[in-house]
Amino acid sequence: MALQNGGKTEGEHESVPFSKPKGRWLLLTVRIVAFLATASATIVMALNKETKTLVVATIGSTPITLTLTAKFQHTPAFVFFVIANANASFHNLLMILVEICGNKLDYKGLRLVLVAVFDMMAVVLASAGDGAATFMAELGKRGNSHARWNKICDKFDSYCDRGGWALIASYIGLSLLTLISALSMIRLMKPKPANQPTTIP
Amino acid sequence: MEKNPKRILALLLRVLALGAAVSATIVMATSHERANFFTASFEAEYSDTPAFKYFVIVNAVVSAYSLIALFVPWGSLLRRLLVTLDLLVTMLLTSSISAALAIAQVGKKGNSHAGWLPICGQVPKYCDHVTGALAAGFAAVIIYTILLMFSVHSVLNDLLN
Repeated sequence: MALQNGGKTEGEHESVPFSKPKGRWLLLTVRIVAFLATASATIVMALNKETKTLVVATIGSTPITLTLTAKFQHTPAFVFFVIANANASFHNLLMILVEICGNKLDYKGLRLVLVAVFDMMAVVLASAGDGAATFMAELGKRGNSHARWNKICDKFDSYCDRGGWALIASYIGLSLLTLISALSMIRLMKPKPANQPTTIP
Repeated sequence: MEKNPKRILALLLRVLALGAAVSATIVMATSHERANFFTASFEAEYSDTPAFKYFVIVNAVVSAYSLIALFVPWGSLLRRLLVTLDLLVTMLLTSSISAALAIAQVGKKGNSHAGWLPICGQVPKYCDHVTGALAAGFAAVIIYTILLMFSVHSVLNDLLN
């Protein structure tokens, strides 16, 4: 099957080198920004820790202090958030490297398909991490009067702030990842050549 | 047509996903228990937690979407749109199940660092009910992931052939 389409030869059957399709640099830029977003979300949440010393009682003249720490490891939702964002940023990094250095890497045209599939999986994983962390953060911020769970953000405000920033960065990463996934899928759908019989599915 | 078994499989998957999403919505929305001990009455409902409300809303939206998507004609341009929408819907579903699981885990095991006591000891039937809804939601997520791969594959087959 002789492929006659001009700019976007994508090495379908032979070892045609993966020539530059349109929008390659756009995709690369978006991937780099998404990598930065998810990596910063991971790092900010992983380093999120606050210690507070409260004076509980005073006996005579010596105050009894109670040291409370808020760490991200206390909450499984935040642990999952860190893991999911770490995976997403690793995926972004891998795709950036493949894009830059792997011009000859292709296997019967499956490279674009694999990239699109992995992008979709990264979107799903990142969205799961975001969902869990958002609602856990909301619980920490507002508490739950029905279950008699007190809010913790009034005591650990910088912990909550940093968690909020990590969440915002992660949301930016998630929206960019959806954009990347859409772009990867569009790249797959090159226009049909005119001399092909139209297969009605 | 040799494509018929694939179409039947895709249709079957979507019907299963519709069933899972509908059952997740209904089971979560009907979870309600009132427990009395001593003088305090403890009432647990799905609307107490925003995470469970989000779960119900997302699963209701996904059920409606699945129902509509059952009737999209094959080969039309809408099928391509369906792949994008399938990805969005899978994303929403995973975030909803993940959020509900996070809050349910706190409800079941509590969080000693934050001073949050588990509530499953006081309303065990509510907890079981919610567990059932979460299982249905998880099944919906898995089926939708398979369906997403299927949609991408079927659209690709049209383009690469």
